[in-house]
Amino acid sequence: MAELKPHERMKIKRHDMPNQDQLVRRGNYEEVALGYSEETARTEAERCLQCKDPKCVQGCPVGVMIPQFIKALREGDMVKAVEWMKVKNNLPAICGRVCPQEVQCEGSCILGKKGEAVAIGRLERFVGDYELSHRSCPLVKAPATGKKIAVVGSGPAGITCAVDTAREGHQVTMFESLHGPGGVLIYGIPEFRLPKAVVHGEISYAVDCLGIDLKTDHVIGRSFTLNELLEEYDAVFLGTGAGLPSFMRIPGINLNGVMSANEFLTRVNLMKAYQFPDYDTPVRIGRKVAVVGAGNVAMDAVRCSQRLLALQAAQTGEAPGEAHIVYRRSKDEVPARQEEVHHAEEEGVIFNFLTNPVEIIGDETRRVTGLKCVKMELGEPDASGRRKPVEIKGSEFVMEMDTVIMALGTNPNPIVFVDADGLERTKYGTAVADTERGRTKKKRVWAGGDVVTGAATVISAMGAGKRAAADINAFLKGEADWE
Amino acid sequence: MYRILSKEVLSDVVKLMDIEAPHVARRAAAGQFIIVRIDEFGERIPLTIADFDRDRGTITIIFQELGKSTIQLGKMNAGDSVASFAGPLGHPTEIENFGTVICMGGGVGIAPIYPIARALKQAGNKVISIIGARNKSLLFWEEKMRAVSDELIICTDDGSHGRKALVTEPLKEILDNKDQKIAKVWAIGPAIMMKFVTLATKPYEVPTIVSLNTIMIDGTGMCGGCRVLLEDGAQFVCVDGPEFNGHKVDWDNLLSRLSFYKDEEKKAVEHYDHKCRLENAVAKGEK
Repeated sequence: MAELKPHERMKIKRHDMPNQDQLVRRGNYEEVALGYSEETARTEAERCLQCKDPKCVQGCPVGVMIPQFIKALREGDMVKAVEWMKVKNNLPAICGRVCPQEVQCEGSCILGKKGEAVAIGRLERFVGDYELSHRSCPLVKAPATGKKIAVVGSGPAGITCAVDTAREGHQVTMFESLHGPGGVLIYGIPEFRLPKAVVHGEISYAVDCLGIDLKTDHVIGRSFTLNELLEEYDAVFLGTGAGLPSFMRIPGINLNGVMSANEFLTRVNLMKAYQFPDYDTPVRIGRKVAVVGAGNVAMDAVRCSQRLLALQAAQTGEAPGEAHIVYRRSKDEVPARQEEVHHAEEEGVIFNFLTNPVEIIGDETRRVTGLKCVKMELGEPDASGRRKPVEIKGSEFVMEMDTVIMALGTNPNPIVFVDADGLERTKYGTAVADTERGRTKKKRVWAGGDVVTGAATVISAMGAGKRAAADINAFLKGEADWE
Repeated sequence: MYRILSKEVLSDVVKLMDIEAPHVARRAAAGQFIIVRIDEFGERIPLTIADFDRDRGTITIIFQELGKSTIQLGKMNAGDSVASFAGPLGHPTEIENFGTVICMGGGVGIAPIYPIARALKQAGNKVISIIGARNKSLLFWEEKMRAVSDELIICTDDGSHGRKALVTEPLKEILDNKDQKIAKVWAIGPAIMMKFVTLATKPYEVPTIVSLNTIMIDGTGMCGGCRVLLEDGAQFVCVDGPEFNGHKVDWDNLLSRLSFYKDEEKKAVEHYDHKCRLENAVAKGEK
């Protein structure tokens, strides 16, 4: 394509990404968003104005070199596009799928001020998928330094830190408590949003290229403690995430049929309960499911429920059940990615806004039969800047339900803090670590991701892993003191 | 992969295995549990540690073939491997010299009570052990238990070995004996047995520790499926337990939660039987 003038670029409309048909996809776990074709990707890339002072980069938690990779992409030089991408981001196929771009890179895109932002996330995914299948840009390990690093947790923070320190020539061991690596990417985010093959492809490639020693089934705090790791390793990075689920303090929480979103998603995603009995782990949800909350985890849980209900209906011949979101605020305050909400709506999820559960009702066999809620209205803004929901007196009502799934956020798992004197924690259970370098209050221990911030995003965890890796590398080279 | 180093058939349905897992054995202690997953399709099964050998790097597990996974595991042999083996999980038993203590094991619960009885004995306690099962064939480790106990009482429901009694009968007799003060009781076995042990000790106000084996997935505090209702709120068996003050446990809630997946458990066994029969038929060249 000949070089375009800016006004010509601005005339090109943002390209939609093709999706699996909304009626078909309710009954399967295959990926919903199908990705751009090469032609669409290159045309979309033509929309980028190549700003001198690119706002999109400032909007990205890891500062991906967005104008550079987009320019290479539109020139058809995929190898170069991958190279630019990998300067800052080793997991583009993952980020392109799960980042909340509308509040990050795309939210800052200058085109978005008057029209629609460049579809940076979709382009990132296109470049990431190209690299997954072509492997044109191998990760290279510097000569061995003889230094040893323990990375605890193999989620987004851990993987990023492991890759960036292993490239420097350090010997990295990555510990994972579950039976496979990936953390929330494999137990939490469903197949239809982030295929496991993408996660496994990215992780096994990095592990193989850089000789990272991956130890699954190792629970740090139990199999080995932090203090024991410090005897053997020069530096330890904690990327243990926030895995401990919160439950509401309302009556009926221990009835059969009440689950944390973590339990539900782990059964479905990690243990593949949707393929029971070919896989051993079952999941039982009945015909009416309420997911309490409206974050990304809630959207994942409700969309998994919708699929399970459709699969059940296909087997029994009955009409499919109902999957509900129950959220105490209004649609404007929904914290989930826009695309997830949009997809959930398309798939037939029923949204109950300004609705707050007050009791879970069960029968004599202690099984859930309903969710008692109260209607809310929006009052004055609260500490988070969002208008505070206030109960409408006398508005209680009961929704008939078989299953109630709690998606109310998670807290860091306390096990890693065993035998870890000096590792300070906040009252929320998160590790105290500085934002710029990830240093904790315990010497030679860094931390990043959800274990520090509480439940947040994949990309912010990766950013923290990256900053900690840079400081670990500097520290081990003797370029930075601890004090 | 973790190798099965040896296997012992303790009864038709109770099997023992030594599994090579140095990362678990190195810090394993009485009262803790492991999670085993047989293969790629397998579920994560929590099993309380029956014994450990830190030098050899092995963990001993004992299990009763009840569901699909334990039936499948029971068919494996020395030299075979399991896909995952994680632990040691949960808190170890608090061991100190309490005085005279009672250790009770019901059925397959005899396995995890053994290392606890041994540790209590080593700490200087007078250990009275009561082990029981439905019948003689389900009893095991009698001699091992005898070796770490000052007194050993054996019960079977049908009287085929030892006393024909539920384990709570000799327990009450001991508690009624005013000359001997019991400092603490440990009970491990089926939930219903532990419930009745705690009901029996409650009037005597003897602290009673139970080890709970609930529905669980990850075993590290992530799923919350194992939550148990105590007098003062819900706790997670995997990270807060597995041992709890038995007098505070809401047993009816626990029993109902344990039965939630009963239909699926049955379906899994049927599916597995069917698959096994097909495989056997193919192996024999039948049509």
